[in-house]
Amino acid sequence: MTWSQMQPLLEQASWETLIMVGWSTLIAVVAGLPLGVLLVLTDRGGLLQNVVLNKVIGQVVNIGRSMPFIILMVALMSFTRWVTGTTIGSEAAIVPLAIGGIPFFARLVETAVREVDGGLVEAVQSMGGNTWTIVRKVLVPEALPSLIASTTTTVIALIGYSAMAGTVGGGGLGDLAVRYGYQRFEPGFMWITVALLAVAISIIQFAGDYAARALHRRGGQGGAGPRLRLLRAKEPAAADVGKVA
Amino acid sequence: MPGAHHRAAHSTVTETHVITTSGLTKVYRSRGREVTALDGVDLHVREGEVYGVIGQSGAGKSSLIRCVNLLERPTAGTVTVAGQDLTALAGRGPRAGRELRQARSRIGMVFQHFNLLSARTVQDNVELPLEILGKSGKERSRKALELLDLVGLADKAKSYPAQLSGGQKQRVGIARALAGDPKVLLSDEATSALDPDTTRSILQLLRDLNRQLGLTVLLITHEMDVVKSICDSAALMDRGRIVESGTVGELLATPGSELAAALFPVGGDASGDDRTVLDVTFQGEAATQPVISQLSRTYNIDISILGAAIDTVGGLQVGRMRIELPGRYEDNVVPVGFLREQGLQIDVVNEVPDDSGAPDAAAAPAPLAKEGAK
Repeated sequence: MTWSQMQPLLEQASWETLIMVGWSTLIAVVAGLPLGVLLVLTDRGGLLQNVVLNKVIGQVVNIGRSMPFIILMVALMSFTRWVTGTTIGSEAAIVPLAIGGIPFFARLVETAVREVDGGLVEAVQSMGGNTWTIVRKVLVPEALPSLIASTTTTVIALIGYSAMAGTVGGGGLGDLAVRYGYQRFEPGFMWITVALLAVAISIIQFAGDYAARALHRRGGQGGAGPRLRLLRAKEPAAADVGKVA
Repeated sequence: MPGAHHRAAHSTVTETHVITTSGLTKVYRSRGREVTALDGVDLHVREGEVYGVIGQSGAGKSSLIRCVNLLERPTAGTVTVAGQDLTALAGRGPRAGRELRQARSRIGMVFQHFNLLSARTVQDNVELPLEILGKSGKERSRKALELLDLVGLADKAKSYPAQLSGGQKQRVGIARALAGDPKVLLSDEATSALDPDTTRSILQLLRDLNRQLGLTVLLITHEMDVVKSICDSAALMDRGRIVESGTVGELLATPGSELAAALFPVGGDASGDDRTVLDVTFQGEAATQPVISQLSRTYNIDISILGAAIDTVGGLQVGRMRIELPGRYEDNVVPVGFLREQGLQIDVVNEVPDDSGAPDAAAAPAPLAKEGAK
């Protein structure tokens, strides 16, 4: 297969991957964020403590998380048809990708929000802030660096899931590697798609890490937590090494 | 008492109670076990004073201050702040209703670990309570800058908390607590995470705000120095109860007061078993009389001075001396009576150890016998 034959296929597949992952990430973030916050708020000792609701959401999220994606995709077919009118193509693949991404992201959000210092919540309560104020002005902004890192992880997981979208004719780079590289014995083609995916994932990871770190550096270590002490202890040590060398 | 006159000129204290708790009880239940953190606490904080609650960790201080703005729901009892019964506003559910939240916005609170939002600048942190009150952007920014100026951090408005020192962070915390123009400031171990110099400057700031704004300050602490340097009144807490309370002057005039002894310790142990050790406390007029030499001459006894100090406690000039008389207490009833007649406060230092309920102040007082003076 020549490059001129490969190029339009690669362009098409990259575009399909972008569309599938882009939309499903958007939906996963929009739906997973409130779900993750709700998991924290409704937990025992939370601001909106509701053990029953917490258990129900937690169970749904667990099932969604542990379901193999390819099964989820097949199982959701009738729902996909109801939403998009079809079960074939990139659009149809977005539905199971998004559904798979929501619980994944929600769990990461839960972990990130739990990390926020309870003292900050207490401070805003003492100012007369309500739960909604606490979510908007404390929990989400303070967890933002972690939330960005969580989004990065979600995007990369969804790129992985999207390789299976070929099963429903969703296309994308993964599908290309399977169909051309494996089934048609074109190892060169396969390696190119693998390289493309690797580059895409590296760029996303780098951008995500950079954004998270930039935000963290700005505020970061706000409280007098042990994190601050660790950092302080490290700095002179590094300087000492420099002097010795 | 010259000290008292000096004090009255600056004091903003009135007889109105601005914080009152009555029968305040808090019981924590976890896994079937019950822990009583507060056991019927009655607290009266007068308008314009700095009131310190001191006690060991686990004495219930934190629960007490959290119950005052109902961050912690008391199990029983009532809390009244500025004439408003907060316990009545709280309702039965765990969530704070609108009225309680409004009441809270009129009570400032500062914390041991500052609790500043790391994602916001210093100015935005101070603006937060104003955002909650729904003030306009212009008004918020004006008020925030004014408050930062008041706490001496006008040049740090655009910094992030991570870039500030501990003392600066606490200043931001104080500015933020004042944003809603509160009448009452609650301070939860505000200086416990700070070094001694910074502690002094933060206490000075609290004192200045108390004087300038007529702000009532209720603080909890485990450091006797905090009470000593800024409090008008103090209470000692132990195992969920208030053991002693009163103005600093009253406490110092109370024979056998643990708090007074801890506020103003004098060292020195008896040189033998057959000795009587007395703590003599002078306030005002009594301090000018040559009582020790009179005592020595009148009863022809040799007096050793074991320790002595003159200090300012809560703005009062106080002298305290630990003296030793030959013979047991039974032999010295007459000289002790003489000293009391001179208007001095006499505590007989008991040699029998008694460890119950002493505060964890650095210099724990020698156990005192409760020898009531008339």
